[in-house]
Amino acid sequence: MAEERDHEEDPSDQMELDTGTSGEELLYEVPMSESRGQKVLHPTRDQYLETIKKLSEDGFKVCIDVTAVDYLENPERDIPRSISPERFEVVINLLSHKKKERVRMRIQIPETDPVIPSIFDFYPGSEALEREVFDLFGIEFEGHPDLTRILMPENWNGHPLRKDYDVGGIPVQFKNAPGAG
Amino acid sequence: MTQNETALENTAAERVFRRGEDAAILRMSESEIHAYEPLDDRRMVVNMGPQHPSTHGVLRLSLEMEGETVIRSKPIIGYLHTGMEKTGEQLSYLQGATNVTRMDYSSPLFSELAFSLATEKLLEIEVPERAIWIRMLMCELNRISSHLLFQATNGMDIGAVGAMIYGWREREEVLRLLEKITGLRMNHNYIRPGGVAADLPDGWRDDTLRILSNLPERLDDFDGLFTGQPIWHERLQGVGVINSEECLALGVTGPLLRSTGYAWDLRKDMPYLHYDQVEFDILVGTYGDCFDRFAIRLNEIRESIRIVHQILENIPDGDYRLQDKKITPPPRTRIDESMEALIHHFKIFTEGFKVPAGEVYVAVESPRGELGCYIVSDGGPKPYRMHIRGPSFTNLQVLPHMLQNALVADAVAVISTVDPIMGEVDR
Repeated sequence: MAEERDHEEDPSDQMELDTGTSGEELLYEVPMSESRGQKVLHPTRDQYLETIKKLSEDGFKVCIDVTAVDYLENPERDIPRSISPERFEVVINLLSHKKKERVRMRIQIPETDPVIPSIFDFYPGSEALEREVFDLFGIEFEGHPDLTRILMPENWNGHPLRKDYDVGGIPVQFKNAPGAG
Repeated sequence: MTQNETALENTAAERVFRRGEDAAILRMSESEIHAYEPLDDRRMVVNMGPQHPSTHGVLRLSLEMEGETVIRSKPIIGYLHTGMEKTGEQLSYLQGATNVTRMDYSSPLFSELAFSLATEKLLEIEVPERAIWIRMLMCELNRISSHLLFQATNGMDIGAVGAMIYGWREREEVLRLLEKITGLRMNHNYIRPGGVAADLPDGWRDDTLRILSNLPERLDDFDGLFTGQPIWHERLQGVGVINSEECLALGVTGPLLRSTGYAWDLRKDMPYLHYDQVEFDILVGTYGDCFDRFAIRLNEIRESIRIVHQILENIPDGDYRLQDKKITPPPRTRIDESMEALIHHFKIFTEGFKVPAGEVYVAVESPRGELGCYIVSDGGPKPYRMHIRGPSFTNLQVLPHMLQNALVADAVAVISTVDPIMGEVDR
């Protein structure tokens, strides 16, 4: 985790990326990879809003989807070398009607500090989608106008789509039920 | 200037960006809404649902009202949440289609299609020609039945109870054909990774043609009953208006987006299957009101009929699924005579097939808009993560904006023409 913090504060990493010395392909100034022919961008949390801004100005007017993945059991994944894998990944799907093109963004979110800026001010349609990720993964969206649970009851404990949230054997939690916590 | 540029001209989306008290959304948690007492004593909070005939599932709305006018509102969802995405992580790719098909229960074949296309993209396989055309046939028939269901429930919501009988009758005709082909009226599990579950049965062509020849006349009945009817106009025209810019900002897709005059249909604009080989038109509205949404869905049935006719002409002979022992089960007859076939059959149904690691997002145009499937594979026989981007979930966000300053009596018409399927919203 300490390594990640250094990474965020140390501007030299950033410089390396901009000059492209790491030999990676850049798109909108962030590392890019391809997955089965689909473009995937890998901004860091700090670059995230700026990249969103660039994309939204470049015709990506629709935010199709916001979701997340918990890589607890399986930390190995296909990402550019300059990006250090973290437990959570927030996945954003944008669509440009003009170019008829999609672009996906994967942002690494550390387990100890699961916070990411909200993109409500660019795409108000992300409101419900971000609430869903907050509800099911426990990732907080900074600057979200209404960060409340959306699918689970509001007094529910835990975040069901996390990999350490077991399937089965979970007592059903109802409001005001006898013995409910 | 293109159609879409015209639609975007002079429209603004300022109101959907609002965060404060003037926003259309009542941004409070459930318990805050419960305890909330508006300062202005002309205002009150009224609860609508969670059970209401028009809500197509279990949708609850909290409405802050001034007299009969809705000021702010919030859809409260989750009553049908059964953790289907979590379940998807426990099921193999072969079983996965049985899970996703239960999300949008009025157009189940589309979720199966999105799931199968995503799996096939991960596997990097191509399905046989006949399977592609069968998939298109099934999807268009399903689009017809889904839009007919809309005609039925929409009419009932607005008070034209007769519509329910008409819509349901026609839908049943289509479902009977779907049952004949897939074995089930709903939740078919027919489109699977690698192709479809079974070939079309004897007599399918005649049955399809019978539906296609009966439907246009019945659709004219709908026109006679509703399209030109003054009461229908009064209830729907100018109600629940939304513009193109707002729809784009809110991520709205499907007939809702098209009703604002913005032509966007994945079948045309980002073709999948063989939609680039058939001719059809994208229908757009003008005003973005409830009436446009009604009319678009009615006429999309006609376009689907056009497509099905072309499919009947073009559908080739051949295999209905990929013959790859590692992905699809061997033909039933081979099992009795070949030990190897038996082993493959056993392996596929117990362990499932392994899918190379990676992640993909694939989208199709469902009757409600863009239905996407995002799958992350870790190389095993079950998805590491399976996410469905349901169009109803995103589309539901327009409700507060459409309802702001509308009469509470119109709320039912607005909810109805947004046509959300709660099974897909809550997943």
